[in-house]
Amino acid sequence: MSFLDAPRVVTSRFEHEDSHTLSRFVSTGGYDGLRRALTMTPEEVAAQVDASGIIGRGGAGFPTGRKWSMLRPAPVRYLVINGDESEPATFKDHALVTRDPNQLVEGALIAAYAVQATQVFLYVRGEFALGLERVQAALNDAYRQGAVGRDIFGSGFSVDAIVHPGAGAYICGDETALLESLEGKRGFPRVKPPYYPAVTGLYREPTIVNNVETVSSLPWIINHGGAAFAALGAPTSTGTRVFALAGDVMRPGNYEIELSKPTFRDLIFAPELGGGLRPGRSLKAIVPGGTSAFWIGPDRLDLHLDQKAVADAGTMLGSGSVVVMDDTQCMVRAAWRISRFYRRESCGQCTPCREGSGWVENILRRIEAGSGHEDDLGVLLDICDNISPEVSWPSKWPPQQTTICPLGPSIPPAVVSSIGMFRDEYMVHIKDGGCPFD
Amino acid sequence: MAGAPLTDTRDYQRPEAAPDADAVTINVDGRPVQARKGELLIAAAERAGTYIPRFCYHPRMKPVGMCRMCLVEVKGPRGFALQPACFVPVEEGQEVLTQSDKVRKAQDGVLEFLLVNHPLDCPVCDKGGECPLQDQTISFGPGESRFLEEKRHFEKPIAISELVYLDRERCIQCSRCTRFADELAGDPLIDFIGRGDQLEVNTYPDAPFASYFSGNTVQICPVGALTASPYRFRARPWDLEQVESTCTTCAVGCVVSVQSSANRITRYLGIDSDPVNQSWMCDRGRFDFEAVNSEDRLSQPLIRRDGQLVPTTWGDALSRAAAGIEEVRKLHGPAAVAVLGGARLANEDAYAWAKLAKAVIGTDSVDAQMGDGLPAELVLALPQATIDEACGADAVILLGPDLKEELPVLHLRLRQAAVERKLPIIEITQTATGMTRHAAVSLIHRPGEAASVVRALTDPSGAASSDVAGVPGPSLAAARDVLAGVARVVVVLGRPSLAESAAAPARAAVALATAFPQARFLSALRRGNVRGALDMGLAPGVLPGRVGLNQGRDWFGRAWGQVPPERGLDASGILDASADGRVQALVLLGANPIEDFPDRRRAEQGLDGAGFIVAVDGFLTESSQKADVVLPAALYSERPGTTTNLEGRITRLGQKVVPPGVAWPDWMIAVELGVRLGSDLEMDTLAEIRDEIEALAVSHRGITEELLNTAAARDGIVAPLGRATSEPAPAAIDPMSDPGIGAVEHHGVKATAPEPGARRRLVTRPEGQPPALLSLPDAEGGSGSGDPAPPDAYSLRLVAGRKLYDGAVSVRHSPSLAGLAAPAGIRVNPYDLDRLGLHSGDRVRISAPRGSFVLPAAADPGVPRGSAWMPFSQPDGGASRLIDSAESVTDVRLETVQGEG
Amino acid sequence: MPRLAGPNLERAKETIGLYPQARSALVPLCHLAQEQDGWLTPEAIEHIAELLGLTPVEVLGTASFYDMLHTEPVGRNLVGICTNIACLLAGAYELMEHAEESLGVSAGGTTSDGQFTLEELECAAYCDKAPCVLVNYRFFGPVDNAGFDQIVDDVRAGRLAEDIPPHGTLSRVRREGGLQVPADEIATQRAAADTAKRRRAEEKKKLEESRSADAAATAPQPGGQPGPASGGAE
Ligand SMILES: Cc1cc2nc3c(=O)[nH]c(=O)nc-3n(C[C@H](O)[C@H](O)[C@H](O)COP(=O)(O)O)c2cc1C
Ligand code: SF4
Ligand code: FES
Repeated sequence: MSFLDAPRVVTSRFEHEDSHTLSRFVSTGGYDGLRRALTMTPEEVAAQVDASGIIGRGGAGFPTGRKWSMLRPAPVRYLVINGDESEPATFKDHALVTRDPNQLVEGALIAAYAVQATQVFLYVRGEFALGLERVQAALNDAYRQGAVGRDIFGSGFSVDAIVHPGAGAYICGDETALLESLEGKRGFPRVKPPYYPAVTGLYREPTIVNNVETVSSLPWIINHGGAAFAALGAPTSTGTRVFALAGDVMRPGNYEIELSKPTFRDLIFAPELGGGLRPGRSLKAIVPGGTSAFWIGPDRLDLHLDQKAVADAGTMLGSGSVVVMDDTQCMVRAAWRISRFYRRESCGQCTPCREGSGWVENILRRIEAGSGHEDDLGVLLDICDNISPEVSWPSKWPPQQTTICPLGPSIPPAVVSSIGMFRDEYMVHIKDGGCPFD
Repeated sequence: MAGAPLTDTRDYQRPEAAPDADAVTINVDGRPVQARKGELLIAAAERAGTYIPRFCYHPRMKPVGMCRMCLVEVKGPRGFALQPACFVPVEEGQEVLTQSDKVRKAQDGVLEFLLVNHPLDCPVCDKGGECPLQDQTISFGPGESRFLEEKRHFEKPIAISELVYLDRERCIQCSRCTRFADELAGDPLIDFIGRGDQLEVNTYPDAPFASYFSGNTVQICPVGALTASPYRFRARPWDLEQVESTCTTCAVGCVVSVQSSANRITRYLGIDSDPVNQSWMCDRGRFDFEAVNSEDRLSQPLIRRDGQLVPTTWGDALSRAAAGIEEVRKLHGPAAVAVLGGARLANEDAYAWAKLAKAVIGTDSVDAQMGDGLPAELVLALPQATIDEACGADAVILLGPDLKEELPVLHLRLRQAAVERKLPIIEITQTATGMTRHAAVSLIHRPGEAASVVRALTDPSGAASSDVAGVPGPSLAAARDVLAGVARVVVVLGRPSLAESAAAPARAAVALATAFPQARFLSALRRGNVRGALDMGLAPGVLPGRVGLNQGRDWFGRAWGQVPPERGLDASGILDASADGRVQALVLLGANPIEDFPDRRRAEQGLDGAGFIVAVDGFLTESSQKADVVLPAALYSERPGTTTNLEGRITRLGQKVVPPGVAWPDWMIAVELGVRLGSDLEMDTLAEIRDEIEALAVSHRGITEELLNTAAARDGIVAPLGRATSEPAPAAIDPMSDPGIGAVEHHGVKATAPEPGARRRLVTRPEGQPPALLSLPDAEGGSGSGDPAPPDAYSLRLVAGRKLYDGAVSVRHSPSLAGLAAPAGIRVNPYDLDRLGLHSGDRVRISAPRGSFVLPAAADPGVPRGSAWMPFSQPDGGASRLIDSAESVTDVRLETVQGEG
Repeated sequence: MPRLAGPNLERAKETIGLYPQARSALVPLCHLAQEQDGWLTPEAIEHIAELLGLTPVEVLGTASFYDMLHTEPVGRNLVGICTNIACLLAGAYELMEHAEESLGVSAGGTTSDGQFTLEELECAAYCDKAPCVLVNYRFFGPVDNAGFDQIVDDVRAGRLAEDIPPHGTLSRVRREGGLQVPADEIATQRAAADTAKRRRAEEKKKLEESRSADAAATAPQPGGQPGPASGGAE
C-alpha cells in the first residue's frame, strides 16, 4: 500500500506537464463538477459540501459547510478566494494556482453558485506572477466556454469573476485584512465584532472567504458526492489534504494524502513521501502547520495528521506545512528568523504585536550574535506572555491573544518552543558568546 | 413637546445618562451597571465610575481597537477572555472584569510595549505633565525598564503644516489624528505610511496638512507627537489656569476651555458640548487668542488733539465723548446720533448699549450688522432651529455662505450628518462650496436670483424642467425629489454673497418659509455674537427680547422711560446719512466698516462725513483711527458675561486674563457714558444686567442668573425657554486631551458666580401685557421687485465670499494665522476665461462702476459660466472695492493687463 | 511619462470598472504604474489619487504598506532571495552573502548599472526548491552560488527575456473584456433566488413533517453541524 494511492482530489492533473491548459483540463473532466452543480439547487450543492465534512484549508480550520450556512441573506454578497498563501514554508496553493488554475476557477464558480454570490474575487498573492497569468488565462477561457459570466452553461445563473493581485503583505492572508486590501486599503485586519465576513464582509456586505485548496476540492466533491469525500480520513478530519513538506528531508514537496490515517513519521520517512532525512542526520524538531504553530519533537512522530489529534497535542495542522529540522540546524537561529518574519509582517495596528515582534527579534538576534544575557530568556517568555497570555511550554492550542488578529499570538510559538525544547542550546550561545553552529 | 430633539445623530455615544428604552444591565467587577444597548463597554463603565485606560478610543470617533490598552476580561461562551472595552458593545447580563490580574498584566504589557520605542524626553515635551502615557506609566506601569535595544529613530519634529508639528518618535500609532482628518474634517491629508514597527504618520511630500481643523489633532493626540506652533514651549501644563468659556470668533459659539499662564492666554481647548461643538474647534478660533495677547491692543483711552490721537484718562475721554454726542443731540435731535456695530459684544454689553442708545440718547439708528447680514426683523421672526435639529432633519436647505469658510464647526457638524446619516443637503449657492461634495444636490445659480430658484424648487406643479437662474432643470427636479414628502426641513440661512444685496436671500427665505410652513431656520450669520446683539435690540426697528419697536413701545416705554419714536436706519442708511450730514455723531462699537462693510467707498464717505466719532475698540483699525474719541475695550477671555450663538443658545464667557492697561468691558463704558449723558442706566453689575434682561426681554423670560449657573446649563440655554432641544449633559473634555481638565465644571460656575457681597437691585417688570415675539407676518421679505436682468455678454456677475483667514483684525494680529490668509484673486469658469482670451494665472484688470484693480485670475470649474468669484476681504484687498451696496448685484469686466505678469 | 498614459490609462479605467467601488483598484493601478515605469513615481501616485477620488497621501499610505510597491526607483530587475525558514535551513544566508559579493551591493541596494536590485525576501512559497531566487517574481530553485551567477548572467545577456519581463510586469495575460452582468441585474436575481430558496425550504419542511409523521422515532440531527459521514448519506 502506498500513501499516494488515495484519490487525488486536487492534484490529479499534477502529473501532466500541461496540467494548466484548458485542453488538459477539459479532457480530464474539467467543468463536469460545475455542470453537475448547476443541475442541482444551490442548497443541494451546499448540502454536499456540508456532508463532505471538509474543513477550510487556509489554516483556521473552519468547516466550509458551516461557514456557508452563516451567510446573511442580502441582495449583494461576495465570494472571495484567498490565494494569498504566505505562511512560511507553505507552498500548496502556489502549486494549485500555477498547475491547475482551471480547477480553481471551476471550484470558485461552484462555490459562487452554492452561496449565490454576486461577484467572485480571486485574490492571488502578487508574487505568484506565473500563477496570476495562468489564473487570468483560465478565467478568460472560462468566459469563452460560457462557464462564467451571463447565463452560465445555459443554467440561467450569472456571475462575474475577476482576478485581483496582492502586493506583498503576509497579513493580507488573514481574511479580514484581505477584505480591507481588496477594498484598496492597507491590510489592517478588522477588529471584532462583527466576527464573521459571512455577516459583514467586503464593502460591509456578506462575504464568503475560502482558501484556494478548499475551493479546488469542490469539483471532486460534487462529482463524487460529499459522502465519498467524508469516507476518506476520519470524522475529525475528512478527505485528503496537500501537505507541503520542506526542510531537511530527502524529498521535499507537495503530497496529497488522506488525512488522519498517516502520521508525521509516515510523511517524513515513507519512501514515496519525504523519503527520510539525509544520511547520518537525526531529527531535531518539526514545525507543523506553518511557523505560527508550536514545534514538536521526535517524540511526537507518531502523531496522526488529524486536525483534532494535533490540536490535542498543543499545536495545529494549520496551513498544511511541515518543516523538518535536523541536528545540523541552530534552533536559536531558526527561532530568530521566524520572529524576524513576524516583525516584518506585523501590520502595525496592535501595540503588543507591533512593538513586541521587534523586541523579540532584537533579543534573539543579540543572543545568536553572542551578546545574550541570562535574563534574556525570562524577558522573552514574559514578552510572549504579554502578547499571548498564559502561553506555555508544553504548549496549549488554541492560544489566547491581546491582539486583534492571530498574527500576534503567532510570534510566541517559535520562541516558546525553542526555549522549551532547546534551553541548553540557548545557554551555550549565552555562555560562549556565540553560535556553536557557525 | 416642540423642544424634543428630532433625531439623535450620534453614532457612538459618549458617557451620559442612559434613557430607559434600551436599558441593559451589565456587571462590572461584581457591580451592576446600567447601560444602553449597543453602547460601548468603555463608555458605560466610565459613566459608572470605572475608568478603563485607553489611548486610541475617542468618544467622538469610531473606535478602532488598535492600541489594546483598554483590554478587559469579558465573559463569553468559552469563559472570560480579553477584549477591547472600546470596541465591545454592552449586552444584557454581560460580565466584565476590569481589575483582574490578567487585565492588569495585559495593560502593563501594553504600556511597556509602547515605551519600547517611545523617547524618554518628557522634560522637554509639551505634553509632559498632562501626558496619559507618562501618567499611566507612573501609576500602572512596570517599575524598571527591560529594554537594552535601540529605539526607533525618525527625524525630530517636522512641520506638517503652518500650525502643527509632528514628532514621529513620540507617536504611539493610535490613529486619532488620521481618523479625525479623514472622518471628521474630511481632509485626509495625513495618513499612516509604511507597515509594522515602521508605521509612521505623515503627509504626502510637499502637500501639508492644510486643514482648517488641524488644531484638533493636537488636542486629541494622547502624547506629545503633535504640537501646535502657537503653543510649543510656551507653558508647562502645571502652570496653567483655566476657565470654561465660549469662542466668539464666529457665531457657532464653540464651548472652550481658556488656559492661561502668567496673565497671558496660552491655549484654547474645545470642550465636548454635545449640542454645539462636540469638542472640536476651527483653527482660527483656536489660535486667534494671539490677537488678544497682541502688543497692538488699545490699552488706554485716546482723544484727538490737533489732529492726533493722544492718550488720556477715562474721565476725560468719557466726558469728551458724552459732550460730543450731547451737542449733536441738542442741535440736530437724537436721530442725528447713530451706533454702528456690536456683534463683538457680550449679551450684557449689547443690552446696555441698546438701552443707552434707544432710551438715553433716543436714537433707533443702531445696527450691529455691518450690511453683511439680513434684516433683523426677518432673522428674529423666522422659527429657529438648533444645530442638532439641522443634523437630524429629513432634509437641509443650505442658502448661505460657504460654511467651511465662515462657520467651520457648523460645517463639520453638517458634513458629519451628511456622511454618516446621509442627511440630504440641498445647496442653493452661487459657486461650489466646501459642502458641494457632500450635498445631495447643488443648485448653482446666478447671483441675485435665489428667490426664483426657490420658487422653481417649491412650485407645487413641479413641472418646469427648464433652466432657472442658470440652474439646470434636471438639478431642480432632483432637488424636488429629495424634498418630496419630507416632514422636517431645516433651512440654514445666511448671506451667500456680499456682492448681491440682502434683499435676494431675504426674498428667498420668505418664499421658503411660505412653501414649507413647518420648516425651521438656522442662522448662518457669521459674526461672533450677532444673534445676541439682535436679541438685545442692537438693530433698527427692534427692542430687546425679539420684539418690534412698535409692539414693544409701551412695555419698554414704561420700563425705560423712553423709546425712539420711529424706526431708525440700518448700517447702510447710517453711512449714507452720515455722508450727507443727516447723522452727525457716530459711535463705532467694535465696528470697522471700512474693512467690513460690503461697499468700501460708502463706508469711507460715511466716516469722512461724520462730524463726531466715538470708537469703542480693542485695536486701532482703519475706522477707529478716524475717531475723535477712542475707548479701549476688553475682549474675549478678559471679561465674564454671556454670549448667544446662531441657535439662540446662551452660554458663558469666562474671564481668564485681565485686559491690557485700563481697557474696560463694553457694558461699563455704556453705563459711564450714560451717567455723563445725565442718566443712570441702573446697572452696576453683570448680574443686574442679566436680571433686567430676564425681566424685560420677553424671549429671555426665565433665563435667570441662577438657571445659567445650574449644571443643566452647561451646554447653554436656548432662548426662549422650552425650545431647548438637548438633554443637559455634562460638558466633558476627552480625558486624553487634558487629564487635568476634570475641573472645568468648577471653573465654569465659579467664574460666573455673582461677585461676593454684590448687592443686586431688584428689577420690577412693568405693568401690563408684555409684547409678543416677532413673527413672520411682521417681517418684510426685503424690498426689490424681482430678479436683476442678466449681465451683458462682456460682464461677469460677481460673487463675493469670505475666506476663513482674511483681513480681519483678529487674523492680522495673530502672527500664526496672519500668514495663512491667501492673496486675493478672481476665479472664473474655464469657459469664460477662454472666451475672454485669458489664462489661469494671468493678472487681469477687474473693473466695475465703483472702480478697478488688478489681480491674478484662476480657472475654477466650481464657478458657473457668467459669474466670477472673489474673496471679500483679504489683506491685499477684496471685492468691497467693487461693490455698490445700492445695487442689487455687481457686474465686473475682466481684461488682460499689458506688460504685467 | 510617469502619469498613466495612452493604453495604460485605458486599462486603468477598465480596471476601475471591474470593482463595485473604485478604491479597490488602488493596488492593481499601482502595479500598472510599476509596469509602466518600473516603480511608483510621485506623478503616478497623484494620478491614481485623481482617478480614484483620493488624496495622494491616501494612495502613498496604502501603497507603502505593500512590499511589492516601490516608491523609490529600483533596478530594471528585482532579484530576491528568500531567507525564511525552509530556505534558511538550505543555506539561504550563505547564498545571500554570495549574491551580495557577486553583485557588489548589499541587500536593498541597486547595482551601479541599474540592472539589479537585490532583496531579501520572506517566504516565497517555493520551499521544496530551497533556497529559491526570484527575478521579477519568476521563480528559480534550488539555487547554488554557481546557479545564481548563471541566472544573473543570463538575465544580463537577455537570454531569459522570454520568461522574465522587466520589473513591474506581473501578468502578461490580460483580462478580455469587462463584467458581463450589471450589478443591479445580479442583485435582482439574487433576491429572486432567496425567495425561491425560502419557498423550497418551506416545501422541504412540509415534506419532512409529513414524512416524520410517518416514520417512527429517529433521533433528530442538530442542523448546521458537520455530521459524521453517515449523516451525509444520500
Ligand atoms: C495572519 C494570518 C494569515 C493567514 N494567511 C492565509 C493564507 O495565506 N491563505 C489562506 O487561505 N488563509 C489564510 N489565513 C486564514 C484566513 O483568515 C481564512 O481563515 C481562510 O482564508 C478561510 O478559508 P478556508 O475556510 O477555506 O480555510 C490566514 C489567517 C491569519 C490570521
Ligand atoms: S496582531 Fe499584529 S498583524 Fe494582527 S492586527 Fe494586530 S498588529 Fe496587525
Ligand atoms: S484599543 Fe481600546 S482604547 Fe485603544
